[in-house]
Amino acid sequence: MKKTHIFGIVIIAIAVMMIIITAGDASTYVSFTQAKKMADDGNNNKIHVVGQLKKDMSGKVEELFPSEDMLSVSFTMIDNEGREQRVYYNEPMPPDLVKSEQVVVIGSFNEDLFIADKILLKCPSKYQEEEIKL
Amino acid sequence: MRYLVGNLGHLFVIISFIAALLAAVSYYKSAQLEESGWKKNGRIAFFIHTAGVLGVVIFLYIIIYRNYFEYHYAWSHSSKYLPFYYKISAFWEGQEGSFLLWIFWHVVLGIFIIALSKDWESPVMFVFSLVQAFLTSMILGVVLFNLKIGSSPFMLTREVIEAPVFQINPEFIPQDGSGLNPLLQNYWMVIHPPTLFLGFAATIVPFSFAISALWKKKYTSWIKPVMPWSLFAAAVLGLGIIMGAYWAYETLNFGGYWNWDPVENAIYVPWLVLIASIHTMLIYKKNHTALRVSFILVIATFLLILYSTFLTRSGILGNSSVHSFTDLGLSGQLLIYLVFFTLISIFFLYRNWKKLPVSEKEIDVYSRDFWIFMGTAVLCLSAFQIIIPTSIPVFNAILNNLGIYSNMAPPADQIVFYTRIQLWFALGIGILTALGQFFWWRKMKSNKLFYEFAVPLVITLLVSTLIMVLSDIRELPLLLLITAAVFAIISNGITLIRFNQSPYRLSGGAVAHIGVALMIIGIVYSSGMSRIISLNRSGMLYSSDFPDEINKENILLFHDQTKEMDQYRMTYTGKRIKVKGNYFRRDQFLPASDPHYLVAREDIYHGNILSIPAGDTVKYNPENTYYEVQYEKPDGQVFYLYPRLQENPNMGNVVSPSIKKAAFRDIYTHVTVVAEDEKEWSDTEEIEISIGSTFFVNDYVASIEKFQRIDQIPGTALNENDVAVKGIITINGMSKDYQLEPVYLIKDNFAGRIPAENEALGVRITILNILPDKNSVQLGLNTAQKDYIILKAVEKPMINILWLGTLILMIGFTMAMVRRSREHTR
Repeated sequence: MKKTHIFGIVIIAIAVMMIIITAGDASTYVSFTQAKKMADDGNNNKIHVVGQLKKDMSGKVEELFPSEDMLSVSFTMIDNEGREQRVYYNEPMPPDLVKSEQVVVIGSFNEDLFIADKILLKCPSKYQEEEIKL
Repeated sequence: MRYLVGNLGHLFVIISFIAALLAAVSYYKSAQLEESGWKKNGRIAFFIHTAGVLGVVIFLYIIIYRNYFEYHYAWSHSSKYLPFYYKISAFWEGQEGSFLLWIFWHVVLGIFIIALSKDWESPVMFVFSLVQAFLTSMILGVVLFNLKIGSSPFMLTREVIEAPVFQINPEFIPQDGSGLNPLLQNYWMVIHPPTLFLGFAATIVPFSFAISALWKKKYTSWIKPVMPWSLFAAAVLGLGIIMGAYWAYETLNFGGYWNWDPVENAIYVPWLVLIASIHTMLIYKKNHTALRVSFILVIATFLLILYSTFLTRSGILGNSSVHSFTDLGLSGQLLIYLVFFTLISIFFLYRNWKKLPVSEKEIDVYSRDFWIFMGTAVLCLSAFQIIIPTSIPVFNAILNNLGIYSNMAPPADQIVFYTRIQLWFALGIGILTALGQFFWWRKMKSNKLFYEFAVPLVITLLVSTLIMVLSDIRELPLLLLITAAVFAIISNGITLIRFNQSPYRLSGGAVAHIGVALMIIGIVYSSGMSRIISLNRSGMLYSSDFPDEINKENILLFHDQTKEMDQYRMTYTGKRIKVKGNYFRRDQFLPASDPHYLVAREDIYHGNILSIPAGDTVKYNPENTYYEVQYEKPDGQVFYLYPRLQENPNMGNVVSPSIKKAAFRDIYTHVTVVAEDEKEWSDTEEIEISIGSTFFVNDYVASIEKFQRIDQIPGTALNENDVAVKGIITINGMSKDYQLEPVYLIKDNFAGRIPAENEALGVRITILNILPDKNSVQLGLNTAQKDYIILKAVEKPMINILWLGTLILMIGFTMAMVRRSREHTR
């Protein structure tokens, strides 16, 4: 076999390995129920959950508690299947959290609490302004 | 007249599109028939195209510069108060403008090609014109058979936005634009996009030559003219990427210069492949091998540029990226563009594959080609590893279109995910740049190997041991990386010294490799060793359910409260505004009639120098608030940082860091949360106290010292019979005392009360009544949230080595470019 062939095979092998690593490390979009089940099965991968904050009839956010020192926050989130879940975020509350219409939390379960490492907020499209100011 | 500008602009877009098509046809004929008549036609068409593009650029700039807000582009990307240099950035903030920038650079490059490339002109310009036709179609803004082709930058606001005002008065012109995204109001955004797009644009030259070579079956002679262009593209694109990184470092609050965001990855990957292609072309030039790989890599670079355009502009990244363009509904068109050129490339490669000359020589492990080839492989694998996860949204879209449900998401922590693997590629690159340099100059035999390597290896081990002893790096991968980088610097340095015969022969490659190695060291330190200095173990728990203590990465500072943080004593000393480049308190100024101007209330000093005399009117940006944070070092030295919050009514709030730049470490600070501006005051608490005694307000100790009769109250005319007194109240703040002077007056027999408030302390005091017989006073107290900020501070050591490395890399590219173009012209 020529050296170039060996070289090619090694490169392909590494490339395949890259794909496998990516597939293994890629996160997934799941519901809280699935996430809890994963955590109970010992799967500690960080996952994405999409949902909204719990709001009352008038649209006011309920059960949102910044910590005493304001350096962390915990809140109740309802995922797209309608399950309520307490979420803890070890960062100061993002100012736009209350205004958000969609929340994506990235993290994992610890016992019955969902620990979010990262929060992505989708706010009412402020980058595509549709109003003309007079 | 104002409508004429837009109509002419649109006309020029159409002209330049049609001219690009005509140029493509003419150059095709010319290349096929090898006839000069068609070549002349092609040139004329391309010059018309050039004129058209310049016209479009000029008209769009007029619309932005002159605030023609009836045009949607000006309205949505600019505003009246924008300084002219940001109006330039407004030009390319939108998709249309950035396409235009790209088109513009292609035109400039096209003229160089026509002037320089002789025999190659017709086929190369055919590819150029074809690309131009596709690009101009993106801003065409024409509807054909219900199919929207492109999005014109000359649309009127009323055509884009349905607002009732336009039904009442179609001629209505909005008073002001909605402004440039605050994130982009940064000087880097004036030069980063043009640089990046010039880099983008430059990759078309090697691509066009490669396609022409396959088409005209001139399989080998294209490499020589392409080399300088590839080096040019690599330098400019690399510079553009680094500028973007520097902008992110200075403007965004990610905490760094590189975030492995899909948009960053999408542009980094083609650059890696471009670098790989330069290396394989070098191998070909010396040894006539690696031709096929060169073809593939040169073509892949351009296709990856198109792919990255598709990723960032089609809206497919959706939530997974922080900074992608808004979707203009061009994804179909972008996809056709990408697929078209991919198919053309595959077609030409396939048809010529068997005919491409292949060297039968076996690769010798002791030859430099082997090591350069290894380096190329590492670069390509590194690119591959980045592009696969970045494309996850694309895989999802494809699978979902095929009816297969896919819930794949990008890695949860991108930075950890990519660095963990890319680190090893960087290690490989470090080692290979060192080895490659040794084998570069002489074919080495195994018996000589030891002598050649002994000296640099010993020096490397000495230097890197020294670095390890002096720094706190203890992680094995980082230690290896540092060692590899030092090895690369030393071996490339030796090469430079040894072969330094004449400046023209000086190896740009060795210089560039030293730059890369320095960048690696800078990255290992500034990222690997970056340290959150606002970190504190709070002793807090997540919840009562589980007892892990957690670290907090932010610190809460009340106004004038001093906290120990790392080696510093930090004090938040209040909000500031920026006037004439310096920071002042807002209450040193009075508002002017125009909200973007202020009038100095008193003589305002900066240090000891009179900066603004009383009564002077000065310009400022009311959107920006700066939070003055005082850092006191253990030796008593003090410096101030001014992290910024920009409140833009249309774009929301944007936080930007303030960085203390020093030779060996940067201190990077940004606010995470600030106290709300509008305070909610508590209900009034009434107290009665005697003069001279103390009381508590909002947890502060306060005392009323005395009363003073005053003759004047600003804004109120006092008669002879009126009486006004002010109370002088001292509040003991955490680091200093504050004086509050509420006023009580009797005017026309009515009692009037002017409260005094201190925003920082969240205290408002009103004199309700004065009781002279008891020598006491009734006070009304209101309290509110004290002013505070929550901030994060990170130390980034040796980040300057990264910027220095970048500079050296660019110098290396330039040296190589000059050398190759001399070779070509000789």
